[in-house]
Amino acid sequence: MCYLLTAAREFVLADGAPASADGLPPLEDPRFGVAGQGRSRALRRVWLDTFDWRLFRAGLTMEHQSGRGTAELLLTGRDGEIAAAHQAPGRLRWPCLIDDLPAGPLREHLTPVAGVRALLPVARATSVLTERRGVNADDKTIAMLTIDRMTAAGPGRGPFAVRVAVRPLRGYQAEAGKLADVLAAAPGVGPAAVSAFEQALAAAGRKPGDYSSKIDVHLSDAMPATLAMVTVLVRLFDTARANVDGTVRDIDTEFLHDLRIAVRRTRSVLKMAGSVLPDSMVSRYRPEFKWLGDLTTPTRDLDVYLLGYAAMTTSLVAGTPAELAPFREHLARQRAAAQRQLARGLRSARFAALTRRWPAELGQLGRSPGRRPATGKFAARRIAAAHGRALRCGSAIDPGSPPESLHELRKRCKELRYLLEVFASLHDPAEQWRAVNELKALQDCLGEFQDTEVQQAELRAFATQMMADRSAPAETLLAMGEIAARLAVRQRAARGEFAGRFAEFASPRGQARFGALTGAAS
Amino acid sequence: MKVLATYNIKGGVGKTSTAVNLSYLAAMDGYRVLLWDLDPQAAASFLFRVRPKVKGGGKALIAGKRPIDDAIKATDFDGLDLLPADFTYRNLDLHLDSERKSATRLRGLLAPLRREYDVVVLDCPPSISLLSENVLHAADLLLVPLIPTTLSVRTLDQVTDFIAGFDGRRPGVLAFFSMIDRRKRLHREIVGELPAERNDVAAAMIPALSVIERMSVQRAPVTASAPRSQAARCYRELWQEACARVGLRPARPRTGSSPS
Repeated sequence: MCYLLTAAREFVLADGAPASADGLPPLEDPRFGVAGQGRSRALRRVWLDTFDWRLFRAGLTMEHQSGRGTAELLLTGRDGEIAAAHQAPGRLRWPCLIDDLPAGPLREHLTPVAGVRALLPVARATSVLTERRGVNADDKTIAMLTIDRMTAAGPGRGPFAVRVAVRPLRGYQAEAGKLADVLAAAPGVGPAAVSAFEQALAAAGRKPGDYSSKIDVHLSDAMPATLAMVTVLVRLFDTARANVDGTVRDIDTEFLHDLRIAVRRTRSVLKMAGSVLPDSMVSRYRPEFKWLGDLTTPTRDLDVYLLGYAAMTTSLVAGTPAELAPFREHLARQRAAAQRQLARGLRSARFAALTRRWPAELGQLGRSPGRRPATGKFAARRIAAAHGRALRCGSAIDPGSPPESLHELRKRCKELRYLLEVFASLHDPAEQWRAVNELKALQDCLGEFQDTEVQQAELRAFATQMMADRSAPAETLLAMGEIAARLAVRQRAARGEFAGRFAEFASPRGQARFGALTGAAS
Repeated sequence: MKVLATYNIKGGVGKTSTAVNLSYLAAMDGYRVLLWDLDPQAAASFLFRVRPKVKGGGKALIAGKRPIDDAIKATDFDGLDLLPADFTYRNLDLHLDSERKSATRLRGLLAPLRREYDVVVLDCPPSISLLSENVLHAADLLLVPLIPTTLSVRTLDQVTDFIAGFDGRRPGVLAFFSMIDRRKRLHREIVGELPAERNDVAAAMIPALSVIERMSVQRAPVTASAPRSQAARCYRELWQEACARVGLRPARPRTGSSPS
């Protein structure tokens, strides 16, 4: 019997619908019958997704079902078909990183979707399930009928209408489809408009996809620029705040990443578009967000190292992964210390004051934003200015320029990128995409150049520390040296690539892409 | 994936009963099992209440025009699927003969099922033919039921001689006494003597029991319908010996695989 790998058709039974002792309406068709003793079992159900809904966006639903002595993880696709299932008798604790799930097809399926993100409970319910067999005239089982009486956790907990799922057995899809048609025609039976997951989610007051790190605000050309900036800053603050708890609890590395990006975007908005905000506000909050940004840096830098560690070890030629292991332990210790420092900062009175005052002041300003300038013109001017600065900065770079000049250009490009993202809703999506793509290619090259330089410097600092505390044998330092050499090679390659990338960005075609966004202002 | 085949040149020796019960026990042990009913008499399909019909018949399957996957039916037992018989299987020899590498075609057809199944059991028709040769080439272990009679023992010699002539890969052989009637002197003598003469005879034996005959009335493996019966115990012993021969470790046992 292999019904788990096939899609189910689901129905709901209206209250008071005629039902036989097994809880199902009578099937008025001699070709089919219902058999089995209808043993019931209670299940705890937890639906899981990453914080940024990666499974939902990929059309997947993940459920952890556990009952007396049994536990199972189920991964279903868009059409309700089970993509992978895993018996999980051991106790699973949520949140859980994908790497910590039991090995098997389910984990293989999830790894490319969820990546480094942890799975978190998004909805919970309990169900009393009764299984019956749908049989044909030969008394052969053709489908499993599951009667589900569910109560969800949360304010709108139910109980909900009884659900009946008809799950065909392998090789009996057509016959089971006819059985489902017969059931659908029975009085008091209707199609299930939403899945059990959607019901449980609604009961918990959640909506799928209710978090995104994108600046998805809708601005208009005529909107006062002050109001537009307040809207953006409120959105960025919401994103930052949404990630604080996950960062403090250290659920996965992307909470900190999203928090940090929101803070960096906030700082860029204050710097690049702060002219439409009160001076006093900008001068008070720029140092606060700088402090917050700096607070996140050490942990994130170490995360980058640790996330890239596996790739680092596979690139070793002379050294071995085992020789590098003390370096990983050193990184892990450093990260644990940095994380404690970060968590302390995020629990501090200074951070609490920032999260209290900042939205209040933004709210106040949003209620009386003034009229001018209009957002369309303001955005075009700011983007054109940032674009011009990036062009001037890059044009001054020649093969003899020091690394600092490329670092400077990287900063200018980041500012331009953030402005493009902030004002994205004003632009034609295709034009926006072309401009961002052009810029992104240059940023990737600059990022590779700077990241490899910083990592080489950090590697030297780590080696010095490890020698000082005598935690590194000579072979570990040699392996680290090999990694440093590889970083240097990558940096040189990025430096060699730079001129071509910048020439493309600064070409008439590249400039035209930005001109299309900024219109007269450019 | 391990391929087991119940095979004997003679008919009516307990091949289907063995295939059905061992398939069920394998599924109960947590393996993903496919039973292929290769016998046009379709007894295994009947026992699992599956209609003996394959779209396009045996010809389409052998020619690869219809994927084996499409013809598989779930039984009423968790982890146990069936590839049903079809009356056109009586011509399988002809269809195999028209294929390239005609003696190993069956093995090639089974190869794509490797990801989906841990154990495949072939229930073969009684004969010595191109189909039998295919089965011998595909199987890791041949389970040869023997009624303890002189003629039956002679067929075991014929099978082992035939396999000895293979180049390269050869299946293991595990013969076992089937339908033993202890009231018969000849049965008692052969059961007592043959295991001492050969090392491919199992210690497990299946007596002639009415509960096994009644499988066709119950339409379920005796190991499922009467799990505490002597017959079920004997099949379990045989399954354990078969596991040891092919290196199958007991997987995670299933619970509640009864259809009701």
